Amino acid sequence: MTVESSVAQQPARVAFYNDPRVRSATYQVLLCVIVGLLVYSAVSNAVDNLHRAHIASGFGFWNQTAGFDISQTLIAYSAATSTYGEAFWVGLLNTLLVAVIGIAIATILGFAIGIARLSSNWLLVKAATVYVETIRNIPLLLQLLFWYNAVLKALPDIRDSHRFFGSYLNNRGLFVPEPIPDPGFGFVEVALVVGIVGALAFYFWAHKRQMETGQQAPVVRVVLGLVIGLPLVVYVAAGMPMHLDHPQLGRFNLNGGLALQPEFVALLVGISIYTAAFISEVVRAGILAVSRGQTEAAYSLGMQPRPTLRLIVIPQAMRVIIPPLTSQYLNLTKNSSLAVAIGYPDLVQVFTGTVLNQTGQAVEVVAITMLVYLSISLITSLAMNIYNSRVALVER
Amino acid sequence: MTMSEGQLAIDDIRYLQREAIAPQPPPASIVGPWAWIRANLLSSPFNIAMTIIIVLLILWIVPELLKFLVFDAAWTGQNREACIYTAQHPDVGACWPFIADRWSYFVYGSYPIPERWRVNVFFLMLAIGIVWLLWLNAPRRDIGAVYFFIVMPVCSFILLNGGFGLLYRVDTSLWGGILVTIVVASVGIVVSLPLGILLALGRRSRMPMVKTLSVMFIEFVRGVPLITVLFMASVMLPLFVPDEYSPDKLLRALIGIALFASAYMAEVVRAGLAAIPKGQFEGAMAVGLGYRQMMQLIILPQALKITIPNIVNTYIGMFKDTTLVFIVGLFDLVKTIEVARIDPQWAAPTTSTTGYVVAAAFYFVFCYGMSRYARATEARLSKADKR
Repeated sequence: MTVESSVAQQPARVAFYNDPRVRSATYQVLLCVIVGLLVYSAVSNAVDNLHRAHIASGFGFWNQTAGFDISQTLIAYSAATSTYGEAFWVGLLNTLLVAVIGIAIATILGFAIGIARLSSNWLLVKAATVYVETIRNIPLLLQLLFWYNAVLKALPDIRDSHRFFGSYLNNRGLFVPEPIPDPGFGFVEVALVVGIVGALAFYFWAHKRQMETGQQAPVVRVVLGLVIGLPLVVYVAAGMPMHLDHPQLGRFNLNGGLALQPEFVALLVGISIYTAAFISEVVRAGILAVSRGQTEAAYSLGMQPRPTLRLIVIPQAMRVIIPPLTSQYLNLTKNSSLAVAIGYPDLVQVFTGTVLNQTGQAVEVVAITMLVYLSISLITSLAMNIYNSRVALVER
Repeated sequence: MTMSEGQLAIDDIRYLQREAIAPQPPPASIVGPWAWIRANLLSSPFNIAMTIIIVLLILWIVPELLKFLVFDAAWTGQNREACIYTAQHPDVGACWPFIADRWSYFVYGSYPIPERWRVNVFFLMLAIGIVWLLWLNAPRRDIGAVYFFIVMPVCSFILLNGGFGLLYRVDTSLWGGILVTIVVASVGIVVSLPLGILLALGRRSRMPMVKTLSVMFIEFVRGVPLITVLFMASVMLPLFVPDEYSPDKLLRALIGIALFASAYMAEVVRAGLAAIPKGQFEGAMAVGLGYRQMMQLIILPQALKITIPNIVNTYIGMFKDTTLVFIVGLFDLVKTIEVARIDPQWAAPTTSTTGYVVAAAFYFVFCYGMSRYARATEARLSKADKR
């Protein structure tokens, strides 16, 4: 027996304004019109206002002479001849410098504290918890102001500097010995390159052999030996071709050595300590996310604690840790823009601060600054998406 | 030999113990304070070393802190004389009279003194709203939500700003201190949640234009630092509107903060929406609910419930971020401290540190309170899910 279903064959009759497709099209057209009108009125107002204020528009200012000085420059820059464009690059490089060093310090500190919070030592756990809770609940800006104004600016002046390991710490910054390579240092550099290439080759060879035969090679020891040991041996063999340029205390100033400005030191210390607290939480959550069964299963297979940690726990924890860790790195990079509050010449301070004030071209300057941070973020999230798709669990 | 012949009554055996022996106390190596110390502080050479280092650290930091905050601190005085080095007082700790003297400036900024009751009423209204919303057993929390998101903002604006022929008008450039911090934070809180929900729904929408615009907004805002958003709000916004409608400084910063927080809120809400099983959507559609009803009655209540801890965490981040308005020239708490600490009347070596300690304590109390609340709510919600 068959059931006639002629009723279901006919499309339901609804008024056209209840048709989902019509509705969705209407909403979208409306939204576009509203957004378009907003953009149009913003642009026309901006053109009006700029014209009335006699502010030039366009990117012509890029090649004009800047005429202001920057206290820390990684590339050649002088107030008299350099352009706004060069000032931009100086600021960007300063941002990247503090971000890269900050990321390195924050990662080491953050991993140490994250692991400390899982320790079996009660006191260590409590100390790490106090650190994390205190640092995370106080605004970064306040911490930066504290480090800069209350700690570094309150240090003694140059003649009463704190001295340690040939370094001087005073209210003009941190002066450390600078390693200066002597003529024979080229051999060490060559050895380093050879070591890295050799280590990579060995790593791929060992991996391939393990895939084919199951035999393991002492990868860690060999790689460390090639990357660190080989240049060290060459360094000693070449007669240690490097000397330290110690800062010398003069009458009014310290000469020689590497001078780190108090602004740089305060920013670096501030963002590293702040981000480390967040990284430690990421690390803790990542390690806790590996279920206990994994460790127990490894033990029941007869694995020792150390290989269990290295082959079972850490790879699985890293899969959980790396995406939020990357976003912490991005946060650190973005937070380095707080440099403007303590006067470290980063991208925002140089470009959105001084260049904006001198040229008055707010739209162009802010747009360029945002574009820089946006590209850093988008490139990182692109890399993260690729990474995630590679390590994602393939479920059956 | 049968059993009955050879069986001896238990009572006849003299050497058997009749009563149970009282249990011996467990060995000292398992329980007791010494065992606890051994297990938790001294279990390995590494742990012994860590314990020693931390004990030394505590012995170094805690007395220094107490000395700075209490024993060496200046408690009374009228000006910087109280807080500078003298021969009989070579170590100077915190300069508390500075805080006492400037406290009303830290709270109200330059708000006119006879009008400051209005600020107090605003703080009270805000406190009522927060308690009503956050206390999960409070009566009629639906009215609380209307109060918090509609009634209170309107009343607060009239109260603080004045005008409308009712109250003497106070220009926003006079607002300052904790008042500005709280205003910026609460506007961020009140605006970012509804806007964030809209953006999150937009991002999950099946309409391509709505989705594209939401994604573009969210990713753009999340990709740039707050400080550039604030710069954009403070220098570009006046260009984008006709001259006569140019918003004042506070409003510009509020717009910047609110938009910034909305983008982050949108991602938090989206995570909550993603955690709702598909069956809930299908069930809602199967009983014939439209999109709005489905979201309002079925999906959002569940999604927001599981998102509460993350929403509060976003609020904590935003509360800390309000300090950045000082860079675009608003007088928030940090700025008032920056101004007061370089005032020659109180110029002393420890004035800055004292000011920062007070500000840090203020932010810590609020942020830590919020994070405890988030954790307690999380625990409570996870209890509800257990069967």
